[in-house]
Amino acid sequence: MEFMGYRRSDGSVGIRNHVLVMPTVVCANRVARGIAQNVQGAVWFEHQHGCSQIGADAALTEKILLQHGTHPNVSGVVVVGLGCETIRAQDIAAEIKRQCPYKTVHCVIMQDEGGSFKAIAAGSSAAQKMLMEASLLEREPINASELILGTECGGSDACSGMSANPALGYASDLLIDAGGTVILAETPELIGAEHLVAARAVNEQVAKRCYEVIQQREDGAKAMGVDMRGGNPTPGNIEGGLTTIEEKSLGCVYKGGTRPLQDVIDYGDKITKKGLIWMDTPGNDIEQLTAMVAGGCHIVVFTTGRGTATGSPIAPTVKIATNTAMYEKMNDNMDGNAGTVITGEETIQQVGQRIFDEILRVASGKRTKAELLGQNDFSISRIGPSM
Amino acid sequence: MENKASAIVMKPNDSVATVVEEVQAGSDVLLEVNGATRTVHVTQRIPFGHKFALKDIAKGEMVIKYGEAIGAATQDIQIGQHVHVHNVESCRGRGDKQAK
Repeated sequence: MEFMGYRRSDGSVGIRNHVLVMPTVVCANRVARGIAQNVQGAVWFEHQHGCSQIGADAALTEKILLQHGTHPNVSGVVVVGLGCETIRAQDIAAEIKRQCPYKTVHCVIMQDEGGSFKAIAAGSSAAQKMLMEASLLEREPINASELILGTECGGSDACSGMSANPALGYASDLLIDAGGTVILAETPELIGAEHLVAARAVNEQVAKRCYEVIQQREDGAKAMGVDMRGGNPTPGNIEGGLTTIEEKSLGCVYKGGTRPLQDVIDYGDKITKKGLIWMDTPGNDIEQLTAMVAGGCHIVVFTTGRGTATGSPIAPTVKIATNTAMYEKMNDNMDGNAGTVITGEETIQQVGQRIFDEILRVASGKRTKAELLGQNDFSISRIGPSM
Repeated sequence: MENKASAIVMKPNDSVATVVEEVQAGSDVLLEVNGATRTVHVTQRIPFGHKFALKDIAKGEMVIKYGEAIGAATQDIQIGQHVHVHNVESCRGRGDKQAK
């Protein structure tokens, strides 16, 4: 089973050839946006981080930024800094180049360039060259075993656990059986279903980790002194019929399929094993998406009942509706419909096969609605205070 | 009034069914559980995606969906009644119930 992808000279595989304009600090957002908007085809993201952060919190932001730069879906990176920030653009640029010699990397520092206009001009020229180089690269057949799929559900409703999530689970099993990798995440949305995942762990250690990460997230909720209902499940989830986090989780867990759980890894950790992996992330859609992509997911399949527009700037994000009414109402955001399971027109297996086929098509270059809309959602979990 | 095949029961031991189209109060809803069909008289309006009780559920009893506990009843719930946040609470992440 193959798809058409890009084989990088270090052996890694990409499914897109993005030129990414990446600010390392909030103060460089405007210049990064200016560069990306000057050059057709460049992608960028903005964020609130990069300065006045310390310790593990600064390290986490640095890791997520760096691993967007080193992601194999990216062939060139323009790293933009202000010049006086904690996470220095020149360090990030040098590290991307060190880890991925095949990439073209350019660093723009606003204080050195002499202001925003000059920085935008310098970055735009660099991005233009990178895009011309990228356009010469050709796709080649690559085995599906090299694909890493991120699974996600957001704006869930009561249909999520009955249609789109079980169907995505079927597709997850197909990819794992083909030798590939699937990420299950959003730990708070596994509260109440952790025993089902832990029972599939390959060993005692991995099973123990399932309960540990759940305990940490649940303790975090309890430390706030309130019922987590309202934050998760959200008001929209509740309106959609989800009553408790347990009910949401029991529907959520289906999307990881039924295969053995190989490992539990931390937020944004590089994905190195095959099979099913649990990445410990918040349930917040964008913080989870960002972490899974930083970990190396090539593509994300995102199921939604209420409807969402989200998409990663560098990893195609395929949106699957859980019900036909929303699929039709928000069609400019939806790539597929699993509502046919609810109406009895299709089985879970049929929709799952359709999702799997779509994964290979998108991996081969078919563009998603989120890509065509220019979605560039990006958000890093903060684990420490701003100084 | 009959309202056919408009609710789904995920597992045979579930105590709730999920409606896949809005059900009006007073409807008889046809369900399939373990290959057998049964009818439940629904006594309240149930919005799309919401749940009704398949049996009487006592206050404090666990509500079962997907064959697993999804929370505890906060009041007695009769068969055919709407089951949601007004009569079910979560047992997890309850910071509001921590000792102060």
